[in-house]
Amino acid sequence: MITKDSVAHVAELARLEFSEEELQQYTAQLDEILTMVDQLETVDTTGVPVTTQSIHLQNVMRADVAEPATATEALFKNVPTKKGTLIQVPAIIDKEED
Amino acid sequence: MNFETTIGLEVHVELKTNSKMYSPSPVSYGAQPNTETNVIDWGFPGVLPSINKGAYSYGIMVALALHADITRDTHFDRKNYFYPDNPKAYQITQSETPLATNGYIEIDVDGKKKRIGIHELHVEEDAGKNQHEDDGYSYVDLNRQGTPLIEIVSEPDIASPEEAYQYLEQLRQIVQFTGASDVKMEEGSMRVDTNLSVAPIGADKYGTKTEIKNLNSFVHVRDGLAYEQKRQAQLLMAGGAVRQETRRWDVDKKETILMRVKEGADDYRYFPEPDLPPVHVSQAWIDEVAASLPEAPAKRRARYVDSWGIPAYDAGVLTTTLEMANFFEATVAAGADAKLASNWLMGEVSGYLNAQHAELKDVALTPVHLAAMITLIEDGTISSKIAKKVFKQIIENDTDPKAWVEEKGLVQLSDPAVLIPIIDAVLDDNQQSIDDFHNGKDRAVGFLVGKIMQQTHGKANPKVVNQILMGELQKR
Repeated sequence: MITKDSVAHVAELARLEFSEEELQQYTAQLDEILTMVDQLETVDTTGVPVTTQSIHLQNVMRADVAEPATATEALFKNVPTKKGTLIQVPAIIDKEED
Repeated sequence: MNFETTIGLEVHVELKTNSKMYSPSPVSYGAQPNTETNVIDWGFPGVLPSINKGAYSYGIMVALALHADITRDTHFDRKNYFYPDNPKAYQITQSETPLATNGYIEIDVDGKKKRIGIHELHVEEDAGKNQHEDDGYSYVDLNRQGTPLIEIVSEPDIASPEEAYQYLEQLRQIVQFTGASDVKMEEGSMRVDTNLSVAPIGADKYGTKTEIKNLNSFVHVRDGLAYEQKRQAQLLMAGGAVRQETRRWDVDKKETILMRVKEGADDYRYFPEPDLPPVHVSQAWIDEVAASLPEAPAKRRARYVDSWGIPAYDAGVLTTTLEMANFFEATVAAGADAKLASNWLMGEVSGYLNAQHAELKDVALTPVHLAAMITLIEDGTISSKIAKKVFKQIIENDTDPKAWVEEKGLVQLSDPAVLIPIIDAVLDDNQQSIDDFHNGKDRAVGFLVGKIMQQTHGKANPKVVNQILMGELQKR
């Protein structure tokens, strides 16, 4: 059973803002989805490797060769505010650099 | 109450690739902001990442150098978070199936070897860089976005700040010698986060840990950990409790400062990356990387000691950096006596570099010129005094020492036929010193040698001068 608080928490992590009504609606919907997942859990998957991909490809890699960058002016068409070639954003309070 | 300390380290290392981890845009340093990125790095709609095989091979190389087990079947995962330096709002990493697990680094504790376990090593991508300015805005440069990183996570086997320092120094050397990274803390190509907890000796579980971030030198790591160790112990002694929090090391105040309190684990909602197919690492791929793995620093040290008779301490100094070790070996290969080459590199060369705050690559000295100069000293062509002049010349200019010594007339005077008249003349002028010598004043000899050196502009061979001088003095 998923709670409204969990849905509100996930919404915040995804930077989504919901009204009280929406929260209730999504809580009910998510609960149904999770009930279905619970049903799937009853299938015996002993010895079956975890599926992480839906396509049967592996080792699709490229050689370490650099290609020219995308032109800065083209990229900056999607930048609302800038200074020189730096992207200007609201002040970041948390100065942590991960 | 006595406490025992538990430390774990997370180290991020930037790989020296040509292109990014998941996009073919160039990896470069110091370029104009946002000129070395592409639509994949910026997370534009509809773009697809691709795996850089060279970066993955570098990861395997470092894993092998750390004696880790390579994970044969892996996939990538998304770590979701919002931050302006990461326009995709997720980082592609390996959380479930890291590139390698179960490695180790050997350190020296009070003369005994100790193994520090490596829990795992995985590849991921770096984020861009934020600049914080006082005009009310922050500024983002995405050139670094997507740069290949490996994260190396130690086991909590480290028992003191000094052990942490040694672990980092060994790790830095091992990675640098593979050639996979420059591993420079000051340039950000190696970054360290620490976790430390203390608990009463014999306790059956670890204490609450605190994390220190933004450490930019090994010394700061050691100092920060030592401070944190003491702070936590004092807190517990006073009946308090350690909170799980992130702190930073303040270099000026010499203390750790609270950044934020952690409430529960971070919620990154990891899930398998749908845009990248899984990777199977074949034995052939591992063998290929293993065959290209350069000799590890510990093996080089052993070779210097065993084959060239270099003292263990000196071998340690010579292998501090790959650059120095390569320079040393090239000097020996160019014909220099290994012990003399080692002495010059550890003495004059290191002294010069320290004084100039320079590295070997910044100076004109070449292994061939250093070897040639050492040969000139060995065969008596130049005196050790003149050698200092020659050294200054060859480290500052790309000059062949032999030609320069001849051109400047600095060849040592060893011919008695030339030296005897000079010595006689000096003796004729200094009867007082001859008398002093006969009265048992040894200092007189030094005075006379000084005069002779003055006459020959420092070029006289001191050994030959001494021989002739003593003979002449006995005669007078």
